[in-house]
Amino acid sequence: MPDNINAIEVLNLTKRFGNFVSVDDISFSVVRGSIFGFLGANGAGKSTTIKMLTGLLNPTSGDAVVAGYSIKKNPEKVKSSIGYMSQKFSLYNDLTVKENITFFGRVYGLDEKSLQRRMLDAVKIAHLEGNEDRLTGSLPGGIKQRLALATAVLHNPGIVFLDEPTSGVDPIARRGFWDLIHELSDKGITIFVTTHYLEEAEYCHNIILLDAGKIIAQGSPKSLKADYLKFPILSIETDNLISAMQVLGADLNVKDISVFGNAVHLITSMKENNESYFSELLQSNSVLVRHIKSVEPTLEDVFIYLLEHKN
Amino acid sequence: MIRTILAIIVKEFQQFKRDPKMFGIILIAPVVQLIFLGYAATLDLKFIRLAIFDQDNSRQSRELVKELEAGEIFIVEKYLSSYSELEENMQSGRILVSVVIPDDYEKKLLRRETANLQLIVNGSDGNAASIATGYLSKFLSMYSQKYTIHLFEESGMRPPPIGTIIAEPRVWFNPLLVTRVYMVPSIVGLLLSIITLILTALAIVKEKEIGTYEQIIVTPIKPYQLILGKLIPFIILAYAAALIGLAAMWIVFGIPVKGSFSFLLISSFFYILSTLGLGLFVSTISKTQQQAMMIAIFAVLLPMVYLSGFAFPLDNAPLFVQIVSYFIPLTYFFVVIRGVILQGNGFIELWDEALIMLLMGVLILLASAIRFRKKLD
Repeated sequence: MPDNINAIEVLNLTKRFGNFVSVDDISFSVVRGSIFGFLGANGAGKSTTIKMLTGLLNPTSGDAVVAGYSIKKNPEKVKSSIGYMSQKFSLYNDLTVKENITFFGRVYGLDEKSLQRRMLDAVKIAHLEGNEDRLTGSLPGGIKQRLALATAVLHNPGIVFLDEPTSGVDPIARRGFWDLIHELSDKGITIFVTTHYLEEAEYCHNIILLDAGKIIAQGSPKSLKADYLKFPILSIETDNLISAMQVLGADLNVKDISVFGNAVHLITSMKENNESYFSELLQSNSVLVRHIKSVEPTLEDVFIYLLEHKN
Repeated sequence: MIRTILAIIVKEFQQFKRDPKMFGIILIAPVVQLIFLGYAATLDLKFIRLAIFDQDNSRQSRELVKELEAGEIFIVEKYLSSYSELEENMQSGRILVSVVIPDDYEKKLLRRETANLQLIVNGSDGNAASIATGYLSKFLSMYSQKYTIHLFEESGMRPPPIGTIIAEPRVWFNPLLVTRVYMVPSIVGLLLSIITLILTALAIVKEKEIGTYEQIIVTPIKPYQLILGKLIPFIILAYAAALIGLAAMWIVFGIPVKGSFSFLLISSFFYILSTLGLGLFVSTISKTQQQAMMIAIFAVLLPMVYLSGFAFPLDNAPLFVQIVSYFIPLTYFFVVIRGVILQGNGFIELWDEALIMLLMGVLILLASAIRFRKKLD
């Protein structure tokens, strides 16, 4: 890989399908060795972007340099320098663990000796020691995802693209999967990951939020919270969510309200004594307040705020 | 480079191994198809079911019926007593020909006049009808000749010596004129087409459907490596099925390969180049296995089979159909198969068909390979 601080540089990348603009003139860069989160709702253009960056789709216009190669001029060079894990489970269910690893290792051009060595690593990463001859289809979901990731990095790529790697995986396995992503990142591999689990975005070094093909926010989780949410957030627990929402929605000091589980998250322009103010406001409208407290904004707060105020 | 292709081939066979049902279909299907087609696809008439409506009911008419029944070809199923009954029996389809003997049959014969018989033939199956009338005409002319000689003898005269012209047919290649012998070898052609066209298309589209295709095209595999790796396993399977088919043909129906076996194998390869190409093409225009199956069977395989002379000889087809058939590789392959297996031909007689198949195959495969890109859109 050429000496460059950025593993990925995207310039005015656009993809149209007929009249539909899936990815609309986006530009960004990804620092080498970082974990880069690509977020957005379904249909926001995440998968389309990842498919262009991995050489699976041709961009309508614009270009990107991935691992030092243009995706337009040198898509095959790009392919040999990256790893990719697609949204659907992409290993062969009817092959054994060993057969899958062997197949992809050979396809990536590993010689038999390094293949054997990398096979040991991959089996270890996937926690499958002693189960190399099991059929891949019979493995539990979380293990399958680990194996898919281990297979995607068999050839030691500088960058790995992960498209919704944790969808359909249980929370504990998801946690373990993110630990694995961090291990890979510590080894210097750049990770480009899409997800629609907003809490997972906290694990990323840098984030882009995509909506309708456009970038609407970017930065580190910390800076996003600081830059986009300058107002205090209160979490209010109450028995009557609907009346609480109505009362609060009519108040001029409220910038935004949203439901978080059994609580209401409220963004207010009031910097001082806001807890007592809203507590009294609700009580006087005969809404019982169980608990009220200031909370640190989560990325979810930031994104909901941004998506609702994007215009 | 060759290692990559080999890796794909190994992977394909590992997957075959995990799917014993499909393997079974590939190995057993040839034999089952061969037997079904061999026994069912016969146009031969073993016997002819007759109904007799004897209006005359005379000594002469009973004599004629007795003679009809004596042979092995005719079976008299029914004796009728009215036209309405005749109609009923013809309608039911059990009777192929009704023979009506008019009530003046004996009278005319005794007056030394020509007596007429009426044959009512069920023409729904034109082939059977014409064979049946042929047999009956032949029977009646011999019967009438015998009757004439009998009259001469009765009157004490010697029949005058008459020289006649008799054709003595010697049928070559299929001496007993069994349809099966014509049909069965072409099954080898069908088998090769099915495996290389349908299974190839399905194998590629299946990967698209389950998502592994995406994982493969994001690797640095070259398109030609992917194509060869996907096609070679099916070439091997196709040859296995063809060999099983040829063996079954010999064992079950006693039809050996008379001509050059190696020429048959080589021209089979030339032929499947085009079906592999078509399979590849189908895979590029289908998103699901179901689509691929439908397109491969209804848009490619069936028209190819109908227009290639498998079921109907092309000599009698309209000019337009004949012209179309020249562009179908299977047409040439049927000529080669029948030529080699039944007529004992080889390179000297069939090199031009083989060459045409080779050219068509290379062309179709190349065109499909160009369409087959390592992209998703």
